[in-house]
Amino acid sequence: METSVATELRLGLPGRDESEAKITSVSNKRSSSEMDDSCDPQQESVAPAQKAQVVGWPPVRSYRKNILQKKAESSSDGSAMFVKVSMDGAPYLRKIDLKFYMNYLDLLKALQNMFKCTIGVYSEREGYDGSEFAPTYEDKDGDWMLVGDVPWEMFVTSCKRMRIMKGSEARGLGCL
Amino acid sequence: MCLFQFQSVMNYFPEEVLEHVFDFLTSHRDRNAVSLVCKSWCSVEQFSREKVFIGNCYAVNPERLIARFPRLRSLTLKGKPHFADFNLVPDGWGGHVYPWIEAMAKSGINLEELRLKRMVVSDESLELLAKSFPNFKSLVLVSCEGFTTDGLAAIASNCSCSAMLFVIQVFSCLYTQVVPLLVRGYCFSVVDDSIFHDRFLRELDLQENEVDDRKGQWLKCFPESCTSLVSLNFACLKGEVNVAALERLVARCPNLRSLRLNHTVPLEVLQKILVRAPQLSDLGTGSFTHDPDSETYIKLTNAMKNCHSIRSLSGFLDVNGRCLPAIYPICTNLTSLNLSYAPGIFSNELIKLICHCKKIERLWILDTIGDKGLGVVANTCKELQELRVFPSDLYGVGNTAVTEEGLVAISAGCPKLNSILYFCQQMTNAALITVAKNCPNFIRFRLCTLNPIVPDAATNQPLDEGFGAIVQSCKRLTRLSVSGLLTDQVFLYIGMYAEQLEMLSIAFAGDSDKGMLCVLNGCKKLKKLEIRDSPFGNMALLSDMGKYETMRSLWMSSCEVTLGGCKTLAEKMPRLNVEIINEAGEGDGEATYDNRHRVEKMYLYRTLVGPRKDAPDFVWTL
Repeated sequence: METSVATELRLGLPGRDESEAKITSVSNKRSSSEMDDSCDPQQESVAPAQKAQVVGWPPVRSYRKNILQKKAESSSDGSAMFVKVSMDGAPYLRKIDLKFYMNYLDLLKALQNMFKCTIGVYSEREGYDGSEFAPTYEDKDGDWMLVGDVPWEMFVTSCKRMRIMKGSEARGLGCL
Repeated sequence: MCLFQFQSVMNYFPEEVLEHVFDFLTSHRDRNAVSLVCKSWCSVEQFSREKVFIGNCYAVNPERLIARFPRLRSLTLKGKPHFADFNLVPDGWGGHVYPWIEAMAKSGINLEELRLKRMVVSDESLELLAKSFPNFKSLVLVSCEGFTTDGLAAIASNCSCSAMLFVIQVFSCLYTQVVPLLVRGYCFSVVDDSIFHDRFLRELDLQENEVDDRKGQWLKCFPESCTSLVSLNFACLKGEVNVAALERLVARCPNLRSLRLNHTVPLEVLQKILVRAPQLSDLGTGSFTHDPDSETYIKLTNAMKNCHSIRSLSGFLDVNGRCLPAIYPICTNLTSLNLSYAPGIFSNELIKLICHCKKIERLWILDTIGDKGLGVVANTCKELQELRVFPSDLYGVGNTAVTEEGLVAISAGCPKLNSILYFCQQMTNAALITVAKNCPNFIRFRLCTLNPIVPDAATNQPLDEGFGAIVQSCKRLTRLSVSGLLTDQVFLYIGMYAEQLEMLSIAFAGDSDKGMLCVLNGCKKLKKLEIRDSPFGNMALLSDMGKYETMRSLWMSSCEVTLGGCKTLAEKMPRLNVEIINEAGEGDGEATYDNRHRVEKMYLYRTLVGPRKDAPDFVWTL
């Protein structure tokens, strides 16, 4: 029977090439790894990395596939949403997920709650001048920036870690 | 009284009485049956039918529809074959709704409702629809494509023009009345909003469509005077909507019962909407992610507590699992829950949520729930009737799936289960046999193994016996999808036992023509048969050609049928359209292929109107 490559059958999960290598390592997938070894004699002669995708299988509508694809891309995305937050004088650091928050207001409220401090209101000219503490972050270039200058989305993707500075120290940043 | 006497008595009933009796028949199958009794019943029925269902838009044409059912108010149309959902049908195949709308507009049909599935809907069609039917109330589009948000804007603003016309008419005829003061008073009451409620859209329901988002302001196009919305679902739209317009729209539509937002609508807007519309019974959240310590989240929790009517919940298109506790209060009364678009909810969060859902009847989830989670469902959801478990890992990120264990647990714990769609890593005959014993009431049974030809995970045998048990036990089964390693034997069982089966989906199964023959010979009520990648050929195809006139359609792709076989069938059965989809050599004509050429994709269907005139180049009607 002539079959095109697209519909050539291989045992194992359809999907990316790496998935075949993953089958043996994930403990829950016990049966499929047994299957790969015992069922298909042709399998040995085929290079494990080469995996033909079956068109339209599993039968899932493209709408649903797109949603999963978006999710897969965002979770394997480089910019981590969990960032460490340190506060001057605090004995240990905390970690927060920047994706929880919709905007700076929510983030600062959460930080104030978490660290029991007052950060105050942001202004473009004065920064957080006048408040006890000022939130800063380290961006992708390794520079320490004042929280609030750039649009929220940009902040979320470029923030690597945060530090809540004592107001006296932060005043230096605010004047620039 | 014998049948003949009864018939004579019935014929003396005036038509109005017959019509009144037929009013009680709501299902189109019943009405079809009634119209076959005799000519006078057929005539009464056809002039009184208001809801028409057309399962294949190419089986008839608009002219015949209008001629037979001139009082048509609600039309349901289905276009592309089912496998188009899985990219097996190329773009441009057909299924255009425009000619239908055009014909109904020209004939003055009083269309109020249009429901389309797998059809191509252009913006022009939506614009024509919007301006042609003054009483249009309800548009439902499922898995359609071809339109943009501009078309939606046309629908949203639809009746304001005709409502204005009505006002002008009323004014012009009343101003000729004798008593101006009385007239003016009468005008005010006529101009009163309530009579215009009927002239505005009630339902706009978009399910899983591919919509080109033009980032326009279609939501703002609902006129301020539109207060009649009952149902609005735009969950599938990709772009941002004007949230201020959305909030105002919700505020002025007191009858709004069903609202499904898209992922761009943030949680704080959802909170405001729920405060305005606590009467909602069906909610689709947009984005559901926020800081659970924030004031907004607390406000949302309170708003949710006030929504006593919500019975159906979906969405969570962008979700933070820690926000889920806000919905626990409404979980207790939920009958329908769809979390299948929410890959961001982890298994333990899902399980915690499910524990609150004791009244669930319909549950759609991802396989991230795991076998353990399904065990919790089995212990908690005793009212469960329909379960769908979708695959979450199509791109190899390493999620674990569900196995036969989860299915067995559900079958044991949920006595009312009658419909299942289950994507799983593996299956065993023993499990299927147990499921068959536990659940003899299945109406729909669709099993999809992620590897299409995986054998029994315990014994390495084909899954014939398992599916055999299902069809033998479930005497009311109308829909079946099989997968896994399967031989001709499973089709022997299906032909023998699946007496009520109407739709069968086969992929990578069987050994020979005998398999398909068993199905064609045995399943008397078969309406739709779709087969891919299975070794069935001309012998099976041509064995009982008359059978296809009793069915809606047959799809065969990557099977063994040849061009010659299809030609023979087309020749002998003029009331079938036998279409070949030829993607490869588009430039070549039929003549370059000889009859032994294996046909890659064939779709045949019964029709009253011959070959369709809108077939693209790559579709040959033999």
